[in-house]
Amino acid sequence: MTEQEFLEYVQSGGQVETDDWMPDDYRAKLIKFIEMHGNSELMGVLPEREWILRAPTLQRKLALTAKVQDEVGHAQLIYRVVEDLGKPREACLEDLVSGNSKFHNVFHYPTKTWGDVGVIAWLVDAAAIISQKALLKCSYAPYARIMKKICWEESFHILHGRDVILTMMNGTDEQRELVQEAVNRWWGPLMQFHGNPIAKEDDPMFVWRIKSQGNEEARQQFLDGYVPQIWELGLTVPDPKLEKNGEGVWEYTEPDWAELKHVVTGHGPRTAERLELRRGTRRETEWVRRAVLAEAA
Amino acid sequence: MSGVYEVFRQERKGQAFAHAGSVAAPNAAFAEAYAREQYGRRGESVALWVVPRDAVMQIEEFVDELQRNYHRVDGYPLKEKLKEARERAGTTASADS
Repeated sequence: MTEQEFLEYVQSGGQVETDDWMPDDYRAKLIKFIEMHGNSELMGVLPEREWILRAPTLQRKLALTAKVQDEVGHAQLIYRVVEDLGKPREACLEDLVSGNSKFHNVFHYPTKTWGDVGVIAWLVDAAAIISQKALLKCSYAPYARIMKKICWEESFHILHGRDVILTMMNGTDEQRELVQEAVNRWWGPLMQFHGNPIAKEDDPMFVWRIKSQGNEEARQQFLDGYVPQIWELGLTVPDPKLEKNGEGVWEYTEPDWAELKHVVTGHGPRTAERLELRRGTRRETEWVRRAVLAEAA
Repeated sequence: MSGVYEVFRQERKGQAFAHAGSVAAPNAAFAEAYAREQYGRRGESVALWVVPRDAVMQIEEFVDELQRNYHRVDGYPLKEKLKEARERAGTTASADS
């Protein structure tokens, strides 16, 4: 099979298994994309972890803990897929903590209040699940298969998030204010989340059918699904330009792409602190890895 | 045995086991623990098969040198023959294919 034939194969919906021949560029793009997803699952638990001890009820504490456990589980599944493509998990973790690889923009920001926890669980997870559902059709089949399990667990996360938000919205004025402030804080990063509106034909991840939709398509889907849900609760979105035009397309203020780039290249408000926490836990748990590997020897 | 174990999961009793993913483990006991944790902890499976990757025999190319289509449905294209038979019997007009 030539590279051109491979390209035509994946573009017509063909799927690839671990042992199949694949072009080097495809393998490299897969590793980069999937590794970043794994990093994001692993780093994505930290903003919520900060609230486990401060959760308002035992029920919330348990749900948050379960969610953190799920996301770390996703990271394990995902790094396993990367490992089969040729990059060992240890190398992924090393690159993550040394700042050589990236993770999603939304996990570089602080979680100021319980309102942020609700907005993350509801809207950040909603944005993420839109990307992840599109990966169910990924041309690399082992990744598409684990995505089935991941999407299934994410649906519990979104419900949990909505439940947190609805409880607060039905509560006191102060609680409603916490939610509105959190929506205001998170709106910018949420609009940046799906990436710049590069035409999908120019996006190598789409060309190789690693992703099955373009960035703007994903953002439109997010706005379509969630802006009405935000509005119906009496919340507002901090963008005066936001509206659905006559053709059914959402118009909005241009997201701050410079901020996105700055944040994902390691300069977010919580990047350094969270990577330092990861480095610390890696040091603390090294003896566990050694003990497990000794078992293998 | 140290290495990669493939995990197959059954969602409901009676259904086929489907490949779900894999775990890397230093031995079978760890493989079981990891598989339970990663593919069964939310009740999404009623059973798992955990198999060392090396034990999976993969067979891919199915060559049909003799074009043995007599044992498949594509070996029986009846359309032309049916048309001819209907014409012979003079029932073409009333038939619909």
